[in-house]
Amino acid sequence: MSIFGLKDLGTKIAITALCFSLIPLIGLGVTMYSMFASAYHTKVRANLITLAENKRQGIDLFLREQVAQLRTVAYSHSVDELSSQDKLDSILTTMQLGSRTFIDVGLINEEGMHVSYSGPYNLYQANYKNEDWFNQVMVRKIYVSDVFEGFRGFPHMVIAIKKQEKGRVWILRATIDSDIFDSLVRWLQIGDSGDAYLVNRAGDLQTRPRFGNKSKDVYASFLGSPFSGARTAEFESQKRKIFVGGIWLEQKDWLLVIEEDMRGELQPLFETQAATWAVVGSGIAFIIIGTLLITRMIVAQQDRSNREQAQLNEELIQSSKMAALGKLAAGVAHEVNNPLAVIREKAGWMRDLLEEEDVGKSPNFQEFEDAVDKIEQHVERAGNVVHRMLGFARRMEPVCNDLYVNDILKQTTAFLDNEIRFRNIELVWNLASDLPTIQSDAAQIQQVILNLFNNAIDAIDRNGHITVTTGYDAVMEMVSISLRDDGPGMDKDVQKRIFDPFFTTKKVGEGTGLGLSISYSIINKLGGSIRFESEEGQGTEFVIHLPVKHHDRKE
Amino acid sequence: MTEKNNSQIAPVHTGPSVLVVDDEQDFVETLVKRLERRGFKVTGVGSGQDALLKLGETKFDVVILDVMMPGMDGIETLREIKLAWPKIQVILLSGHGGEEMGMRGMAYGAYAYLLKPVSLKIVVETAYMAFEEGGLR
Repeated sequence: MSIFGLKDLGTKIAITALCFSLIPLIGLGVTMYSMFASAYHTKVRANLITLAENKRQGIDLFLREQVAQLRTVAYSHSVDELSSQDKLDSILTTMQLGSRTFIDVGLINEEGMHVSYSGPYNLYQANYKNEDWFNQVMVRKIYVSDVFEGFRGFPHMVIAIKKQEKGRVWILRATIDSDIFDSLVRWLQIGDSGDAYLVNRAGDLQTRPRFGNKSKDVYASFLGSPFSGARTAEFESQKRKIFVGGIWLEQKDWLLVIEEDMRGELQPLFETQAATWAVVGSGIAFIIIGTLLITRMIVAQQDRSNREQAQLNEELIQSSKMAALGKLAAGVAHEVNNPLAVIREKAGWMRDLLEEEDVGKSPNFQEFEDAVDKIEQHVERAGNVVHRMLGFARRMEPVCNDLYVNDILKQTTAFLDNEIRFRNIELVWNLASDLPTIQSDAAQIQQVILNLFNNAIDAIDRNGHITVTTGYDAVMEMVSISLRDDGPGMDKDVQKRIFDPFFTTKKVGEGTGLGLSISYSIINKLGGSIRFESEEGQGTEFVIHLPVKHHDRKE
Repeated sequence: MTEKNNSQIAPVHTGPSVLVVDDEQDFVETLVKRLERRGFKVTGVGSGQDALLKLGETKFDVVILDVMMPGMDGIETLREIKLAWPKIQVILLSGHGGEEMGMRGMAYGAYAYLLKPVSLKIVVETAYMAFEEGGLR
């Protein structure tokens, strides 16, 4: 598989993993946040409603108390007493004992003229007959007015009680200080920019809000006919967003409006939002880093196993080549050996005849004799090639004995002593002393070693070194044999093909090209491996690994 | 290989009697002629069945038997021969290499296993040895 293919695989894994982990994470973040936001909005509105109801109760209570106080004064005193200036002064003083809510108090007759008055203003000449509140109280007995400026030119509200005595109608009227009322309404404010104020049914302000210049739009939706309970709305102006709560008073047809700044109220929500994004963001970063790491690991692993697979495939191809050649050799051997046998016998017969007849005197006798010799010689050669090919066809189980590799090496080189000396090659021994004995086939190993030595000698030709090294790998339980020559080495093309059957660099007739193929096949069958390293001009090293314990290798 | 120790020129049947069995007609023909020249009493046949028939007719000391033959192969023929005439020595001759076949042959009582192409000298020597061993038993 190409590297591009692996990268492509990595990208696919990364994208898939990211999709499957990031989408749920983001979904979770968004869902959690929106659920929290809606719950928090509900909670804030509920708080606003509770606040509005509490405040309305307070204001209602205040108004009821003032009305009750004035009614007590009206009904517990006779008109004569109320008409007396001194008495009225003392009544006002008594009323103002608790709080300075009442500014003044006055008794008015049915013509709208003051009979008596106690307070800071000079209102004796005032006639209220045409005032709205005067007409209202004549009808309703008790009347609480809107805030108005009246004769005194100062905002105030009036509570008036109708009283009937001596067959006439009297009205006791008291004025409530609008400052005190304002502060009562404003008493409970929330946040830095919260506000509370009263408006009448027409939408006119009845108390001074904390921040002036109220737009009617803020509470427009609550106006109209009074409703029971509190309502909330959200109002958005260019400058700010607010929650608005509205509730109608019970004592008077006034609307209590409470404003709360959304930003102040929703501060925890904004904090939650920031925290949510921080958590989700760091989660995303974590997942991306993790995914990249894992992807890289998987790709590396895949790459490694691909390479191992490729190597395994190469080995499989090599051994299947061997197996195919083995079968071919077995088939060919029979077909070739039989004609060879016939040729040989025919040549032998010719020789027999040459000896029998009196052709010895023929001038061509020597030529016949030589021809027969050559025929026999080349039949022998062809027979040898076929017999070596048959090495592949052998399916005999290796004969396993305990053997000591160092001994085998020594024995094998004994065969080559003459040739090595003749060619002035020096053998360098580098044998490990701690080698275990191995279970293997001595004859077959000897064949391989002999083949490798022959190749090394041929490569060096004259004047060189062959270094023989043995070693033991305790972990793999493998004994290694290394043969290094300082011959000319092999070029890359040769290296690729040295294990191929019939590949040879030797002259025609000198090598069959089967030595290394057979060696490969033998070592393979013995459960070992044979590798080589070669560099042009540096020489070649063959390394054989053989298992200490023999085990069959399935082919 | 050369074989030059031939003292007898004319066929004189003083040696052991040999039956050569091989489906290769040329091979049988030539081997028969050459062995006869070396004093054997030789007969050649082309198949395992013919060999068994011939053995039924005539007594032989040694059988030289090809392993790979169409029809009844060498190993089968060897078993039949050894069952009927256990004293007859059989030399297996095969163009199909491999020790396995040889081992099987030896297990069924063959005297030797030779690989084609083989020099006549070896055939002659082996045949004599087989004959002598058969005679001793």
